[in-house]
Amino acid sequence: MYRWITIGLLTVALISVSIWGYQTNKQKNDLYVQAENEYQRSFHELTYHMDVLNDQIATSLAMDSPEKLSPQFVDIWRVSSNAHANAGELPMGLLPIHKTEQFLAELGDFTYQTAIRNLDDDPLTDEETEQLQEFYRQSGEIRDELREAQHVALNNDLKWMDVEQALLNTDSQKDNEIVNSFQTVEDSFDNYAKGSTENTTISTDTKEHSYKNLPGDELTEEAAIKEAAKIFGKESETDWSITKSGDGAVTPMYSISYEENGVRGYVDLTVKGGHPLHLLVSRDVNEKQLSLNEGYEIAADYLSELGFDEMQLFQSSEYDQIGVYSFLYEDNGVRVFSDAVEVKVALDNGDVTGLTANNYFKNHVDRDIPEPAVSEEEARDAVNPNVTIQENHLAVIENNQGEEILTYEFLGTMDDATYRIFINAETGEEERVEKMTDAEINYDAVI
Amino acid sequence: MNRQQKPMIYSLTFFILLATFVFAKPEQADAFSNQVIQQGAVGEDVIELQARLKHIGFYNGKIDGVFGWGTYWALRNFQYEFGMEIDGLAGQSTKDKLTKATEYDEQKVKQEMNGTQATPSGGNERESTPTGSVNVPQGYSNNDIQLMANAVYGEARGEPYEGQVAVAAVILNRLNSPLFPDTLSGVIFEPRAFTAVADGQIWLEPNEKAREAVLDAINGWDPSGNALYYFNPDTATSGWIWTRPQIKTIGKHIFCS
Repeated sequence: MYRWITIGLLTVALISVSIWGYQTNKQKNDLYVQAENEYQRSFHELTYHMDVLNDQIATSLAMDSPEKLSPQFVDIWRVSSNAHANAGELPMGLLPIHKTEQFLAELGDFTYQTAIRNLDDDPLTDEETEQLQEFYRQSGEIRDELREAQHVALNNDLKWMDVEQALLNTDSQKDNEIVNSFQTVEDSFDNYAKGSTENTTISTDTKEHSYKNLPGDELTEEAAIKEAAKIFGKESETDWSITKSGDGAVTPMYSISYEENGVRGYVDLTVKGGHPLHLLVSRDVNEKQLSLNEGYEIAADYLSELGFDEMQLFQSSEYDQIGVYSFLYEDNGVRVFSDAVEVKVALDNGDVTGLTANNYFKNHVDRDIPEPAVSEEEARDAVNPNVTIQENHLAVIENNQGEEILTYEFLGTMDDATYRIFINAETGEEERVEKMTDAEINYDAVI
Repeated sequence: MNRQQKPMIYSLTFFILLATFVFAKPEQADAFSNQVIQQGAVGEDVIELQARLKHIGFYNGKIDGVFGWGTYWALRNFQYEFGMEIDGLAGQSTKDKLTKATEYDEQKVKQEMNGTQATPSGGNERESTPTGSVNVPQGYSNNDIQLMANAVYGEARGEPYEGQVAVAAVILNRLNSPLFPDTLSGVIFEPRAFTAVADGQIWLEPNEKAREAVLDAINGWDPSGNALYYFNPDTATSGWIWTRPQIKTIGKHIFCS
């Protein structure tokens, strides 16, 4: 009797476990297929877009009239942007994908710059035609590589989910055909990187130049700690830890930190001259006691104590109990946007809790700023008449090529929005228009 | 004599105290505190400033308690019209002029502010954030910041503060690099880019520190030294990461370019 009941119960249990197991497994498989399909779509779209790009670049090479060329470049730019998004959806760390992304970014920049140019007045130069031919060659290469991988993947029914697994388990060196047909980044990343920088005529990364403003001698570790103690206003008993940067750093620096009574301080000092690039003090900030304006006074005093002269407040914002202030260097009344310094002040007791002067030490030099060739009136006329100009300055900004140019900076309003408009003081052309971000609805308070 | 005076003094003090409680509050509330209000400020004084500027017709935006561009222009135009120094700062003389020229009905303004929003439920008053808006850095939304804070918290919550800022900075450096996607979500959700995304730790609730770290990174702090990659040497799964030129080590992470 009992035996039969037990058997019955066990059977029911077994059946329900089986059903549950089956359903779980099915769910898992469904998710797996879904994730796999996302990868497949991205990959096949990418190869398709590379096909299209190769054709379109070839077509543009054969074109002669600017009326056709400009729209063609717009099209290439659009497709390259789509392809770039596809590439970003595939697992990171595969060489051809990496290579493709760099290629697409360069191609996008090139076609954008040429598409917006008036090719009637300013046709393609010989170098640019050469560059276009180079793009054609590269796109062919990448297309072939991707086509081959696509062929292997389709024929052998390969799964991108397995690629992910294979990339994860490098120790066991699982043999994965997609990975093999692709060669991992490991092998030839550096070769490619070397090859590509030479044949690029446009540098997409203009920010990466060496530091221009690091006067002083090289510091030893002890001297650097002393300098840090001075900046933090600390006694010698503080327990400092210090490390020196490695080969990848643009300029050698010491990272110095301390931790006491729940406060953690950190500063990057350049080895040459001991200049503070980034400084952060982390602690709990209590209730606000000071106004944003009082914090500004503290920040300004702090900068002059550290020897930053001629810094003018550019922007200030209050986040929770912290005031963040952005200062620009002012060269005889001209605001220099690349020489920016930011200071953070805790508004509970007015301590400075952060400083970043990286841009200042990177960019600041004694400049020989020319007199503007265009008068302020002429520059005003170049601004959209619907914008009411409220405030203006002379300013040095970096253009898209990374060169510093003198501009008139106009702050103006149109309806509710505020715009910052730069007019080139040499040519009178509109260099840049930015819409200022307004405060955002506090959704926490609404919900 | 002495005995009779004492209760008198007590009751007098009592009445004075009572009077202070009853009368002091409304009196204080419809006058500015003595701070100089500048662009970027948040709070009660800004609400009053906006309400007064609106009353006199210089400000036509929303009264939200955040001193943004709209308030700034309104204040400057007010200063211009009243022949004052135009500096966009609400100092003592500006506030005096404004108080004289306008009226401020705090209760009404507050009610209107609450009316346009769904009224906060009674028991859940948020005294510290009376404003209807929040400051956001140029070019970012609060949700961008939230998403990044999620990523930073998932990736680096056990790290020292500068290590968290550095991770946020790497995300931003990738955003500017041609090798990576061009959107914040593209960078964060790129497959195999961040382990916290792969194992779901990105959906842990981030703390205030992570958010602060993200804001610092957006505002220009980059302790990573312009790094594009970082890895934990104890758990790194791919070999090629070791071939990248290393910039520095912060906490458990090695940052490289």
